[in-house]
Amino acid sequence: MKGFSDEGKTFFRLLMNTMNTSFESRKHVVILFAGDSGDGIQLTGTQFTAVSALHGNDISTFPNFPAEIRAPQGTLAGVSGFQLHFGSVEIHTPGDAADVLVVMNAAALKANLKQLKQGGTIIANTDGFDPKNLKLAKFPDGVNPLRDGSLAGFRLLEVDVTKVTRNALAGSGLGTKETDRSKNMFVLGLICWMYNRPLEKIIEFLKEQFRKRPELIEANEKVLRAGYAYGDTTETPMTRFEVAAAKLKSGTYRSIMGNQATAYGLIAAAKQSGLSLFYGTYPITPASDILHELSKHKNFGIKTFQAEDEIAAVTAAIGASFGGSLGVTASSGPGIALKAEAIGLATMMELPLVICNVQRGGPSTGLPTKTEQADLLQALYGRNGECPVPVVAACSPSDCFETVFEATRIAVEHLTPVFFLSDGYIANGAEPWAFPQTADLPKIQVQFATNTLAQGEKFLPYKRNEKLARAWAIPGTAGLEHRIGGIEKEHETGNISYDPDNHEFMVKLRAARVAKIAEYIPEQKLDSGPDAGKVLVVGWGSTYGAIKTALIELREMGLDASHAHIRYLNPFPKNLGDLLKKFDRVLVPEMNNGQLVKILRDQFLIDAIAMNKIKGIPFTATELKNRIAELLK
Amino acid sequence: MFTMSTTLETPKLTAKDFVTDQEVRWCPGCGDYSILKQVQSVMPELGLKREEIVFVSGIGCSSRFPYYMETYGMHSIHGRATAIATGLKSARPDLSVWIITGDGDSLSIGGNHLIHLLRRNPDVNVLLFNNEIYGLTKGQYSPTSPEGKITKSSPMGVIDHPFNPLALCLGASGTFIARSMDRDPVHLRTMLMRANQHKGTSLLEIYQNCNVFNDGAFEIFTEKSSKKTETLMLEQGKPLVFGEHADKGIKLDGFTPRIVNLADVSVNDLWIHDERDLGKATLLVRFFDDPSAANHLPRPFGIFYEEDRACYDDQINAQVEQAVAEKGVGDLDGLLRGKNTWAIG
Repeated sequence: MKGFSDEGKTFFRLLMNTMNTSFESRKHVVILFAGDSGDGIQLTGTQFTAVSALHGNDISTFPNFPAEIRAPQGTLAGVSGFQLHFGSVEIHTPGDAADVLVVMNAAALKANLKQLKQGGTIIANTDGFDPKNLKLAKFPDGVNPLRDGSLAGFRLLEVDVTKVTRNALAGSGLGTKETDRSKNMFVLGLICWMYNRPLEKIIEFLKEQFRKRPELIEANEKVLRAGYAYGDTTETPMTRFEVAAAKLKSGTYRSIMGNQATAYGLIAAAKQSGLSLFYGTYPITPASDILHELSKHKNFGIKTFQAEDEIAAVTAAIGASFGGSLGVTASSGPGIALKAEAIGLATMMELPLVICNVQRGGPSTGLPTKTEQADLLQALYGRNGECPVPVVAACSPSDCFETVFEATRIAVEHLTPVFFLSDGYIANGAEPWAFPQTADLPKIQVQFATNTLAQGEKFLPYKRNEKLARAWAIPGTAGLEHRIGGIEKEHETGNISYDPDNHEFMVKLRAARVAKIAEYIPEQKLDSGPDAGKVLVVGWGSTYGAIKTALIELREMGLDASHAHIRYLNPFPKNLGDLLKKFDRVLVPEMNNGQLVKILRDQFLIDAIAMNKIKGIPFTATELKNRIAELLK
Repeated sequence: MFTMSTTLETPKLTAKDFVTDQEVRWCPGCGDYSILKQVQSVMPELGLKREEIVFVSGIGCSSRFPYYMETYGMHSIHGRATAIATGLKSARPDLSVWIITGDGDSLSIGGNHLIHLLRRNPDVNVLLFNNEIYGLTKGQYSPTSPEGKITKSSPMGVIDHPFNPLALCLGASGTFIARSMDRDPVHLRTMLMRANQHKGTSLLEIYQNCNVFNDGAFEIFTEKSSKKTETLMLEQGKPLVFGEHADKGIKLDGFTPRIVNLADVSVNDLWIHDERDLGKATLLVRFFDDPSAANHLPRPFGIFYEEDRACYDDQINAQVEQAVAEKGVGDLDGLLRGKNTWAIG
């Protein structure tokens, strides 16, 4: 283009681009953003998710980050990822493989290339492939994957993001460090161009995020626009895609993450029960975001208590519950282990308590930032003595709302601790949510005991109603003074009792109390498929989306299996046994070494087939599809 | 939300009104009986209704206490009464919350919760029954047992250095630090009243005799023959005087307390007790010498320190009020809708 003026060059590029770029329509796309944990990958991902959701796409996300906040820069250990699946069709998983892989450095490419579909697009920040970064990513001396032809099966788009970001901010007065921190905005701008998304909402977000640093609003906006403009002006031919709005059930939607939905569900349950929420917790990955969310909403009468340890967190919640509040505690597996004795105390004292376990890979510290469903047996049995506790599990980010609401309802209506299980995958994942109106939410019935005793009549704190629940007599109620505790209770009086017959009676009564809840929960329904037949896939928790997708894809191939997803894990819905027995084979996929499958075999004496994945990452729909297809043969 | 039922003529309660129908099951001769009796007799003086009072305990002999108090009560699990009480008081600042704990319960298994209770300073009262032994589990050494002590679990003598409970509690920013003993009902009653009056966490250590597993551990302080020479009864604004004939005193020599004879030193030159002086309290809690050592300091009883500091229960509720004042009462529909929505259909 020798001889052209700068404007002339730009004009020429724009002209070329109009010719080179075309809009291709896609039903659904998976983008995987990957970079150093300090590269702002999570923010890039969540912002693009937000604009895609607002565009009307169905979405599902999967953030995947290292346990270290800042692992050594450029290393494989430091790679942070954010996978987004969005589409004009129903989306139930973050996608088995990516269509587009954005990598900020060599380590990000190395760690994620296997996630990219053949023929997929790689957008690579070339600055992250300098000799130092290549070495840190453990590529052999002299090998650069961008240069050695190893990426021939993919579409490769190279951009020196660092350079273009620095150019965009030249003269802004910002230092190199701060300038380089805007790199993620360039990538976000470019992706917005590629999928034809407006930038306004992101700019609004930047204004909110940096309201105390106006110079950063300006800088980030500039780089964001530069990224978008780059798409328009680059000489590299690039395809632009159109992913139309999804035909979701009509309604008003928002995007929601699992931990956020859990917090909202607790707030809603407190409101619908007329109780004030006391949330006792100790910071732990991946549950802490529930605390962050709740602590922002104290104007709902919420008290958040960041305790000195997990035990104080649960016991303070029990204290609050004794006083007539809705006591809630949350943690992940290791913290739940520490709370076990106190959960036994709440069981013995028959006080409401909601225990949220956002599960992660175990045992011990395990895989703190990875997902797993290996705490089901802990929730069911992980206490001393015969100590039954109801258990419910959420199956998707938005389902956390309704499920934790149910946990609360059971806890306060039946006066019992209740486990609410979520996991790292749904806690951090996002999806569209047709949020409910307060007016449509059920009321939760709470009745504190009042003094209706006749002269000389003694209050019986362990006398029961038709639910086998005792009265919630809170301090301040004259005439109902009583003492409760962890020592075995005498039936009705609640006095200490070491009587052998009474102990056996009370153990069985506590079991009956939990079993009784089956009369107050919905029957198990099939999510899809025929009522009887060859194969029933039984899932619980976050495997929902992958199972659902697998069955949809199988049906497209003319193969039909059924799917039941169990929310109420203790007690089970009354009809579950009958339902299971209508199928020749029952397949139980779990992200653990076989836990629900044990319970199903134990309770229903069926030859349920285990399918287990214990890698800290969710099932892919393909894995499930293949296994189900095998069983259907 | 919680309204107390009131009758027009509330008859004055007596100690008997705080006695339950439960048979008291401590060993005969246990110091706990005396403490129970004083607590029951002080309760009617507090101007509270029975239903407004909650006793929370952990595990140990002393933790049976709530069963014997005709109030609301919880006999919880080992070491956690302090944490339970924090949650209860935060949820219900209207209640008078009393924590009953022992040296094992509060200083061993519940040590963490105790120090965090003290720094947060909710308006509760802690009665720490210290008998320097594990009684309920039949005689193992506790975190306050002296070095060398022969117990069932230390046949060759205890090698663990013991806690100085009040130094620990003051170090944890306790706002009311006091000591009394089971054998001095008058003093104990005064201390209970003062603990109740203090706004904030009141920590009252009570020397309590376990006549089965550690009989006489505090005899030197409690028995008439030695009490006057071995104890230092603290009184606000009064000089530190002790001795058989009130003939000895404590004088501060820089930061060093010295025992002086009042024959040689004027009473006006003695250390004047000031409950509000953190510097003096810091020295006073260190009056923890082995009574058999030569030139040992006498053991103080009374209120070592008192400070006014914001209470956690007030603050946690104030934040809710502040949030409501700033943002209005929470709007659930607004919260669920969020900032960005889109419509389909």
